[in-house]
Amino acid sequence: MLIRLKVNDEWRTADAGPGASLLHVLREQLGLLGTKNGCEQGECGSCSVWLDGELVCSCLVLAAQAHEREVRTVEALAGPDGLHPVQEAYLEAGAVQCGYCTPGLVVATADLLARNPSPSEAEVREALSGNLCRCTGYVKILGAVHLAAQRLRGRTA
Amino acid sequence: MDILLPRTLDEALGLKSKHPEAIAFAGGTDLMVELNLGRRLPRMALDIYRLPELRQWYIQDGTLFLGAGMTYSRIIRELPEFTALAQASRSVGSPQIRNRGTIGGNLGTASPAGDALPVLAACDAEVVLARDGDRTRTLPWHRFLVGPKKTAIEPDELILGARWHVTRGPGSFSKVGRRNAMVIAIASLCLVLDEDRHAVRVALGSVGPTVLRAPEAEAFAADALAGAGAWGDPAAHVPPQVLEAFGERVAAAARPIDDIRGTAAYRRHACAVLARRALRWALEDRLPGPGGGGPASRGARC
Ligand SMILES: Cc1cc2nc3c(=O)[nH]c(=O)nc-3n(C[C@H](O)[C@H](O)[C@H](O)COP(=O)(O)OP(=O)(O)OC[C@H]3O[C@@H](n4cnc5c(N)ncnc54)[C@H](O)[C@@H]3O)c2cc1C
Ligand code: FES
Ligand code: FES
Repeated sequence: MLIRLKVNDEWRTADAGPGASLLHVLREQLGLLGTKNGCEQGECGSCSVWLDGELVCSCLVLAAQAHEREVRTVEALAGPDGLHPVQEAYLEAGAVQCGYCTPGLVVATADLLARNPSPSEAEVREALSGNLCRCTGYVKILGAVHLAAQRLRGRTA
Repeated sequence: MDILLPRTLDEALGLKSKHPEAIAFAGGTDLMVELNLGRRLPRMALDIYRLPELRQWYIQDGTLFLGAGMTYSRIIRELPEFTALAQASRSVGSPQIRNRGTIGGNLGTASPAGDALPVLAACDAEVVLARDGDRTRTLPWHRFLVGPKKTAIEPDELILGARWHVTRGPGSFSKVGRRNAMVIAIASLCLVLDEDRHAVRVALGSVGPTVLRAPEAEAFAADALAGAGAWGDPAAHVPPQVLEAFGERVAAAARPIDDIRGTAAYRRHACAVLARRALRWALEDRLPGPGGGGPASRGARC
């Protein structure tokens, strides 16, 4: 089935196979490899994207349901001036090891901070509860989120 | 696999009656797991996620209508005064799952562990079903949820939503799982006090083939509260033995099995603990002042 979707501000067309997920279309058809495939079960969050502005697991969205919809992926975060502050914070805090979970976590973090610029520790943990990391033990990730929050607040202040 | 993308409920119902084999896709958080595992590949899918008629909720003549397409995230944002419902919604999966998962999907999957289901049961909800030609029917929750993963829906029907008579009084949802987030319940419980009818209603999840009520325990608690004078006076003392005996009666109503997540004995024990705590919270919530939940939670609704 041919679907048309706006990905990172650009209208694209893709041929979604029967039962294909949005994740599959993003990676295999549109070549957007930033969004990772970790489990295809909604458990790991490495495939997180925004669909019509909402954070979702792209592995759980039937691609056809994204027809005529707007998708934003991790690729949309870095701008002409370089990395997004959340991405920078992950690097600086040492929150990236193998990096497999990183795109999903960065997207989930950016989603949280857009809604809540000063999250508490508990709010951060809840917001990231759908993202698994096998490497970092999460301490550095939590540090990165707080660092990113500080930076982003500084920018708008 | 053919995919149908109707824009209105009427269109969707027309398609469903022409193609009863088409599987309704709401958030897809249950269905896609099966698809990705290769467990099923429906021949036809019907996207109902954005149908405006399913995405609404309203209160009319004292009855809440909750559209099948209401996501957990929207319930948390838009219906916080329905405390138990909002708590159950918050305990579903992760933000990503809550942004997509719907009430209609929880009902459609009919897992005994579906977190919204004990709340619907404790609220005495009816499930509203629609079929082509402006025809709707309603079934009380226990006639809709007929077994593990089994519902009374007909192939040409869609779930329009759930509705119940709004009552006043504190309530809560709680669940036991192996960690704080992203877990399927080992046992779950919803308790609500109906201040106007002087009734206690309690429903259990994950401890039977489908959601269960505990009528004997409910009657016991209502009588005990009456005996203590607690219905009229929130500050009246309810003896701890009442909570204890209530917990035991709720546990006796469970019909748990052993499985990978927990033993039947553990589940039964968990029911007693959850029930005792939920009744204590409800009594505390009725107290005025900083110790209790105060006016906000006393205004809670089911
Ligand atoms: C990682 C993960 C964690 C989860 N955690 C929880 C949890 O903690 N608690 C919990 O309760 N659930 C959990 N779930 C299960 C799931 O998210 C919920 O059951 C959710 O409510 C399903 O809603 P949906 O809209 O995504 O359903 P879908 O997958 O779209 O549909 C589910 C079923 O319902 C049918 N259906 C849906 N809407 C209608 C309708 N309007 N009319 C007729 N049929 C309909 C579909 O045909 C299908 O059979 C989890 C799932 C995942 C993947
Ligand atoms: S790949 Fe989607 S949640 Fe793991
Ligand atoms: S850095 Fe390896 S999984 Fe997170």
